[in-house]
Amino acid sequence: MSNWKTFINGLWKENPTVVLVLGTCPTLAVTTEAINGLGMGAATTFVLVFANIFVSLLKNFIPDKVRIAAFVVIIASFVTVVDLVMKAYTPALYSALGIFIPLIVVNCILLGRAESFAQKNGVFPSLLDGLGMGLGFTAALTIMASVRELLGNGSIFGHSFGFENNMLLFILPPGAFLVYGYMIALTNKIKSKQK
Amino acid sequence: MEFVSIIILALFVNNVVLSQFLGICPFLGVSNKIPTAVGMGAAVIFVMVLANLVTYLLYTYLLVPMDIAFMQTISFILVIAALVQMVEIILKKVSPPLYQALGIFLPLITTNCAVMGTALVAITKNYDLVHNVFYAAMTGVGFTFAMVIMAGLREQLALVKIPKSMQGASIVLVTAGLLAMAFMGFSGMVK
Repeated sequence: MSNWKTFINGLWKENPTVVLVLGTCPTLAVTTEAINGLGMGAATTFVLVFANIFVSLLKNFIPDKVRIAAFVVIIASFVTVVDLVMKAYTPALYSALGIFIPLIVVNCILLGRAESFAQKNGVFPSLLDGLGMGLGFTAALTIMASVRELLGNGSIFGHSFGFENNMLLFILPPGAFLVYGYMIALTNKIKSKQK
Repeated sequence: MEFVSIIILALFVNNVVLSQFLGICPFLGVSNKIPTAVGMGAAVIFVMVLANLVTYLLYTYLLVPMDIAFMQTISFILVIAALVQMVEIILKKVSPPLYQALGIFLPLITTNCAVMGTALVAITKNYDLVHNVFYAAMTGVGFTFAMVIMAGLREQLALVKIPKSMQGASIVLVTAGLLAMAFMGFSGMVK
């Protein structure tokens, strides 16, 4: 697979959020406002890129039997880095995302990419794969959060459009499930048209 | 009284799946049939209680005195992963029937964010040991509760004709949305 194809794969064809349906917990939980979706996406992308690079670098040194544990330690280290950096520089976003920042460590996308891509490929393709998957995740989260913020609060990225009678339901938990469900349905529809 | 409020909070008001969005993967993945949902729920309750017990002790008596609380992400996930492995090995030896029943679900639990999430939430709530473990047990029961309701709905859903692009994860999420809406009726019951 060429480098470009590796990169583009995560954005649409195997988008982790709307096609593979991985990492659902943060997707549902943090997408109440567009900025939170973007922040969560950025944090996950950072961890994904660096975890992929390090798994790929260390793949020949990690014994096969303990590889999952080793991957988890690598991922958890970068999650701790993100956690501390966000706590220091973006305290508002940090408190909005809450426990879902440490929970990046159990996001199935990360372990999935380490297991199925990074441990079999070189450093540069792994970097691109991580970046593509991360951006695909970020894009899906930002779009979903924008839809929820628009319907529930009448604004996007805090920019108000001055609507009245907003449907508060969409920023409450049920709205997350509904918007996500219909986003997957829409993706399936477009995919079946493309074939 | 405090125990009663923890029960109501964990089961209904702040249901771990439907309002805190933890453990969505097994909620979507293994809620096809009621028996599987019950099995998964039982395994989660079991691991959750043990994980909270161990992480509470680890946090209070090791991380905080040594002033390395920032290591909690790494240490918690390792403890949980090791715990699941250990439970699996011990169950296999001690109680083969229970292992038969829970066995296939145990490896899935390591990456279940409900276990890790509950451990982290319980720490932020500053409970003592008894309340912490009780909270974990009730959260696990809340998880099972949501799983079983969902499995019941999905068994009925299998008989219905669903539009092609809505099949699979999509319809399950929309159903979960309606269920979450019903659970919102409990909000405000307990402070």
